[in-house]
Amino acid sequence: MDAHEFTTALLTPDAAPPEGLTDPAGRPAGRRFDVYRNNVTASLADALETGFPVLVKLLGQATFRQLALIHLRAHPPTSRALSQYGAEMPGFLDGFAPLAAYPYLADIARLELGIRRSYHAADAAPLTPEGRDPEALMALSPRLAPATVLLSSAHPVLSIWRYNTEPGAPKPQAGAEAVMITRPQFDPAPHLLPQGGLELARALDGTTTLGAALEATLAAAPRADIAALMTLFLGSAALTLSERP
Amino acid sequence: MSTQLKSLAILGAVATAIGSIGATGASAQEMEKCYGVSLAGENGCAAGPGTTCAGTSTIDYQGNAWMLVPAGTCAEIELPGDRMGESEASLEADGYMGLARDLPEGLTDEVLAQYRDTMM
Repeated sequence: MDAHEFTTALLTPDAAPPEGLTDPAGRPAGRRFDVYRNNVTASLADALETGFPVLVKLLGQATFRQLALIHLRAHPPTSRALSQYGAEMPGFLDGFAPLAAYPYLADIARLELGIRRSYHAADAAPLTPEGRDPEALMALSPRLAPATVLLSSAHPVLSIWRYNTEPGAPKPQAGAEAVMITRPQFDPAPHLLPQGGLELARALDGTTTLGAALEATLAAAPRADIAALMTLFLGSAALTLSERP
Repeated sequence: MSTQLKSLAILGAVATAIGSIGATGASAQEMEKCYGVSLAGENGCAAGPGTTCAGTSTIDYQGNAWMLVPAGTCAEIELPGDRMGESEASLEADGYMGLARDLPEGLTDEVLAQYRDTMM
């Protein structure tokens, strides 16, 4: 028996336990393996449930559990850190035929993963307007903070997320939405990006001045509301001046 | 619109944004961690699976579970009995003893001693 054989048996519920496993008394330990296999599977399904609370809500716990079992067998963890498990869920959902009638699920998974990635991202001092006049601000070349995550969706992904996480949130209306997740304090928060928001975020690469990035934003999206964009970017700790670590 | 006029329009919009951030205090509100005030399962965090973080406090007002509150308001939060919310500063002042109240069974003094060591 090698490690590959062991792993394969671990992720195949009806496979026979690998040959050669024994308990401390030297007897075959097939039933012990069954217990272990069950615990591994249950813990990974639990991890996916913890990681994708809105998917669980949208699909219902029973359906999500089925999905989790199929997913964890197709994509077992590749990292020792359980907090990163689930990164392949969006791509998996994109190609999962039984749920093709709900094409927004993959982007909901991307949003939930983005919030988690933002949570675990490195700290960086945020760029704030404090003590700077507009000219000085526009001459700076900030970049997105490590905890800032962008998501562009053909679906109302943030409205669906809010409808399922915030009491009293309005019903989602059909339409594309762009989202920027930022981490102003300890916890990440998603924001709806207004027109031009994605263009501005993508232009801010750490070498372009804010002034030039805003010009480029207006060129690409002439109706962009610069004041609203700057209020969002500077008020939510989206940007930083510090170097990439 | 000439380039210069466009820049002026941008400059005006940026000034508006700076003004509105200052006026609403959107980013000015300092927050601090407040220990011992959250209800079971409602302590704040979005860390995901494999962490001992979000929603893992099992007892109401557990002393070592925290949530973010506006700075300076931690001790003012009304709690049942004679409990008080503790900020990190007030915890440090009493040698982190405030972490030790309303804990789940099994969290013994030995376990807590390790916890205090890592915090100091």
